Amino acid sequence: MNNLKVNDEGFEQREPTVSKKTTLDLVNKTLAKRYRAEKRFKLYGIVSVCFALLCLVVLFTDIVGKGHSAFFQTYIKLDVNLDQVVLGISDINDPDEIKYANYQKALRESLKLIFTDVKGRSDKRKLNALISTGASYQLADKVKENPALIGQSIVLDVLADDDVDTWLKSRSSGAEGAFTGRLTTKQLAWLTTLIDADRLEQKFNTVFFTNGDSREPELAGVRSAITGSLFTLFVTLLLSFTIGISSAIYLEEYAPKNWITDFIEVNINNLAAVPSIIFGLLGLAIFIGLFGMTRSIPLLGGIVLSLMTLPTIIISSRAAIKSVPNSIREAAYGMGASKMQVILHHVLPLALPGMLTGTIIGMAQALGETAPLLMIGMVAFVVDIPGALTDPSTALPVQIFLWADSPERAFIERTSAAIMVLLAFLITMNTLAVWLRKRLERRW
Amino acid sequence: MNNLHTKIEQTIGQPFVENPMMSMRNVDVFYGDKQAIFDVSIDIAKNEVLAMIGPSGCGKSTFLRCLNRMNDTIDICKVTGSFDLEGKDIYHPKQDIVPLRARVGIVFQKPNPFPKSIYDNVAYGPKIHGLTESRSELDGIVEDSLRKAGLWDEVKDRLDHQGTGLSGGQQQRLCIARTIAISPEVILMDEPCSALDPIATSKVEELITELKENFTIAIVTHSMQQAARVSDRTAYFHLGNLVEVNNTQHLFTNPDHKLTEAYITGRFG
Repeated sequence: MNNLKVNDEGFEQREPTVSKKTTLDLVNKTLAKRYRAEKRFKLYGIVSVCFALLCLVVLFTDIVGKGHSAFFQTYIKLDVNLDQVVLGISDINDPDEIKYANYQKALRESLKLIFTDVKGRSDKRKLNALISTGASYQLADKVKENPALIGQSIVLDVLADDDVDTWLKSRSSGAEGAFTGRLTTKQLAWLTTLIDADRLEQKFNTVFFTNGDSREPELAGVRSAITGSLFTLFVTLLLSFTIGISSAIYLEEYAPKNWITDFIEVNINNLAAVPSIIFGLLGLAIFIGLFGMTRSIPLLGGIVLSLMTLPTIIISSRAAIKSVPNSIREAAYGMGASKMQVILHHVLPLALPGMLTGTIIGMAQALGETAPLLMIGMVAFVVDIPGALTDPSTALPVQIFLWADSPERAFIERTSAAIMVLLAFLITMNTLAVWLRKRLERRW
Repeated sequence: MNNLHTKIEQTIGQPFVENPMMSMRNVDVFYGDKQAIFDVSIDIAKNEVLAMIGPSGCGKSTFLRCLNRMNDTIDICKVTGSFDLEGKDIYHPKQDIVPLRARVGIVFQKPNPFPKSIYDNVAYGPKIHGLTESRSELDGIVEDSLRKAGLWDEVKDRLDHQGTGLSGGQQQRLCIARTIAISPEVILMDEPCSALDPIATSKVEELITELKENFTIAIVTHSMQQAARVSDRTAYFHLGNLVEVNNTQHLFTNPDHKLTEAYITGRFG
């Protein structure tokens, strides 16, 4: 700057280099351009947000559109005569006899009552195929619950076969004509009769939420998968939260800053980027191969998933601890608090919202994870609801994967419905994360 | 100007007193390779207010933080020399840092109350040190400390409010109340008024004068007027050296060293 000169009083003065008018002109000239650029910049953002929203809307409409019908199921109203002879029960007080009675026959008899004109072995079999194989268990449960029903005639809504269900649902939506599938013309005629007699009805599909997996779509449910997922998540949460937060605290507050810490930090970041299937292979090789753990149990699944979520939790917890202002630590140290007191009384409460957010995001990630579970055998066909951490089970995303693979048309809507259940869980968890953060956050 | 920057061989004035509360000898402080304090020796007398002044980066805050080992939290900081608190070396390997800080409290530049209630802020020290046996005793300490800090009348109806919700000046007095709640013998103050407005500053200054009765105070300040108003003795630091220590009135009216004179007359700083 050569335009500095010293005036008579000895003060430095700055001489104007450009006249005021030209500066203003130059500014005005670029002003319009700047505003245009700013508008464009803002527009990019709006377009991106709109695109993301559009994708979400398409995804949700597709899934809900396909899946909503799975929440309703077709039932056939039958007048079932629980005749002792038909059921083959000689002693109504013998629970064994009630358990193994011929409920199938009772149902067949009641169908016969409606379609008196159906003769011949093949036709009869086709008629009986209209009701689900699970219908007899339904009836058996009812009788077991109340043996006094034996000898009476009851009205029962029995589960229809999945073909009937699919046909009825496609009929009512009706766009490209009803989907008949394996139903023969005769069966269709019988179904029309049933509709006319007001015996076909759609009710809320409780089976979907109370049953485990099944080969019969009308009997298949997500309960075993949900239970398996919850057990797995429980193990994951327990392991990854405790281990993750302890390591984060150690690394942030205690560890000396040297190359070993740097090395650990780099490797934690690397682990966060490792594809999840690798963790499955690790689980297979180490926990099953080396330690001889049972395959396809939630305990093992939880351990493998916690390996996967640990880096996420450690990284976010460290960030949360780092964001606690140093002035608070100094204040506590200045009062004579020990290191542990500083951490427990001041650092942790302030870092907790961030830690919990990270943990819940990690949990959501674990809930949706499929690949590592495939490697450790949690891809099994599980009918029974798992009752312990060591019972064979599957997980919700794996269940979706299995159903998406099944040939029966009725599984299409169930796949979408299971996705809806999974999304509901994820949205709940994320809402919980936001709520927790809001609640625990402290301002100063 | 250059002739002022000669090597400072020895501190001018009266750095030493009889029966000191704290006495420091030949203190060197290093941040990594950089030396921040050069061979500083000074005493702090009982129940006096010692002001430390000097241009930015002269090491006065660094020196203050050595007095209760706050610099221990900084990994690269290395301190040598002797620091005696009533004749005992505070840097002795067997000296526990927790009781030391209970005896030598510190108030920071920026008010930093805990994000807890006013009551909990003041009660925190007595709680962690186990100073009280009953709730009523603790209540007494909290009230007493807040009264001494001149904050009681302003906050007595809202002790359960967040300490961080107070005004800047009130927050700083809360921090002082928090420090005196554990009844330390020495209170270190690191530019306690630099974030406060003039009214809040004058309140804190009044408070310092009152606290002198019971405590020994070392205060770092950027404001020479403040040093002149509150302190008994003043120490002038320059580039890590302790240039002059003298009776405050003497130092501000008739400094012995030309560097001190240059600073207090505003020729640099």
